[in-house]
Amino acid sequence: MTIAVSILPEQQLAALNAAYRAAVARKRLRLMAGLALFAAALIVASIGAEVNLRTFFTYFGNFVSYFDRILTLDSGQRVWTDPVEWFWGWHKWLKLLGETLLISYVGTLIGAVLALALNFFAAENTSPAPWLRFTVRRLLEFARTVPGIVFALIFVIAFGLGPMAGVLAIAIHSTGALGKLFSEIVENADMRPVEGVRSTGASWLSCMRFAVLPQVIAGYASYGLLRFEINVREASVMGFVGAGGIGMELIVAIRKFYYSDVSAILLTIIVTVFLIDIGTGWLRGRLFGREART
Amino acid sequence: MSRHPEVDAAQLRARHPDVFSRPASARLATPAMIAAALALLVFGLVDLDFSPSRLAAGVSQLGWITMMMIPPDPGSSLPLYLKALGETLSIALLGTTLAAVFALPVGLLAARNVVPSTILRFPVRRVLDSIRGVDTLIWALVWINVVGLGPFAGVLAIAVSDFGAFGKLFSEAIEGADQKQVEGIRASGGSALHEIRFGLMPQVLPVIAGQVLYFIESNTRSATIIGIVGAGGIGLQLAEQIRVLEWQKVSFLILMILVAVAAIDFISGKLRFAIIGRRAVA
Repeated sequence: MTIAVSILPEQQLAALNAAYRAAVARKRLRLMAGLALFAAALIVASIGAEVNLRTFFTYFGNFVSYFDRILTLDSGQRVWTDPVEWFWGWHKWLKLLGETLLISYVGTLIGAVLALALNFFAAENTSPAPWLRFTVRRLLEFARTVPGIVFALIFVIAFGLGPMAGVLAIAIHSTGALGKLFSEIVENADMRPVEGVRSTGASWLSCMRFAVLPQVIAGYASYGLLRFEINVREASVMGFVGAGGIGMELIVAIRKFYYSDVSAILLTIIVTVFLIDIGTGWLRGRLFGREART
Repeated sequence: MSRHPEVDAAQLRARHPDVFSRPASARLATPAMIAAALALLVFGLVDLDFSPSRLAAGVSQLGWITMMMIPPDPGSSLPLYLKALGETLSIALLGTTLAAVFALPVGLLAARNVVPSTILRFPVRRVLDSIRGVDTLIWALVWINVVGLGPFAGVLAIAVSDFGAFGKLFSEAIEGADQKQVEGIRASGGSALHEIRFGLMPQVLPVIAGQVLYFIESNTRSATIIGIVGAGGIGLQLAEQIRVLEWQKVSFLILMILVAVAAIDFISGKLRFAIIGRRAVA
């Protein structure tokens, strides 16, 4: 079977080709300019960050051997040959792990409650006054942008060493993050029920309670659970600055080169984070159907 | 409100028995869950040493600290702080780029439509999961042990922890790509590499570019804190000033961070819109 391919006349083809090349050339030029700019930024950045490839290659062996060392017991054997020796401090670690989980739970709950109280003021469609919306939004932005651990550093000085500082730091950071997400859900809510409730002469508070809240509460719970997942990770490092949880034990082990302890604690944290991820994923699936899982 | 006749209610009750008498388990489920959540909260507050007196003392202390913070004042160390901020931005940019470069091939390996074999994909995914399970700060501590204190350790820490996140995100982007274009390349006699280069990459690259920009943005935040453990950048200055209780400098540094993050947000937002269009971002 032969296929007849129709070819345009020479002149027309040349014109089309030239137009195509011109179009592509402009795009290429822009891409090249962008890449050059990016490369320049990278070079400047690598000078700024004191990147030293020689140090990197000299010591890269250390990175690999670090994992070798944290997987070796004091007796010189591999850690998994003697799990009892490896997890010698499991009692203490489990207790600290429990504290870490409690910190993230209490912190997330306080944060969620504060976010719940604030988000109606931040949402465009439910806020009673523009100045109030502006203030609340800036407040949430501040709480969200300052990293949790910076709050923890300051709170440790104000409230003293211990988990309380960690809880409050996580609570404030969660308020900022959840407040924004919550108010976005409210902005997507259907306003007709609100009109219906308002037409019965209800106050603003009743409008929120009976018209908006039933629409958005499932979304709130879903985001709250997600936040809990994130906060477990966050709480695991709060101890670095003395704000409670397992981080304290970890930083001591890393700084003092208790190698096998480092791997034991890290493994505990990773497994916990896995379990929490799976658990909250399952819970969200159960509560809100499959589509809420992603 | 007008009262409804009694008959009506009785009739309704008879017609919809399941609405009026829900089983006890369904009626009690919500209050029970709330009670359990509250009980755990109370237990947590007690176990974590919360007490009204401590809270009050702390809040008044915090109020005092806030008073001390005003007005923000860098003293004579402004050039030092600007250099530290530059360091932080450099750490974020380099770390993210490095992570993206290494994560792209791994993302391909973890994508179902490129590597169909589960046996091959499974270990790659688990390794990525474990990397993500470890916080950036912990990676920073590990790298400090390897390359010493300083911003370079920060770059490597961000690169490793983002590598885990990017590997997952990229593989998801690749799995979401339209398979018809890949089939087209295969039909015209292209090799597996051609399929990836001409079938997948044109679809996936804009999405990936958007994600990378977003991470540069969020890493500016992460890069501010890894200095707290000694990995360079503005966090180092911040932690030091907090320890010596120089509150005016602390508030100045926090303001600097806020402004820098807002500026990066703005720029990368513009760039993202330019690359993938307004609709795809939202």
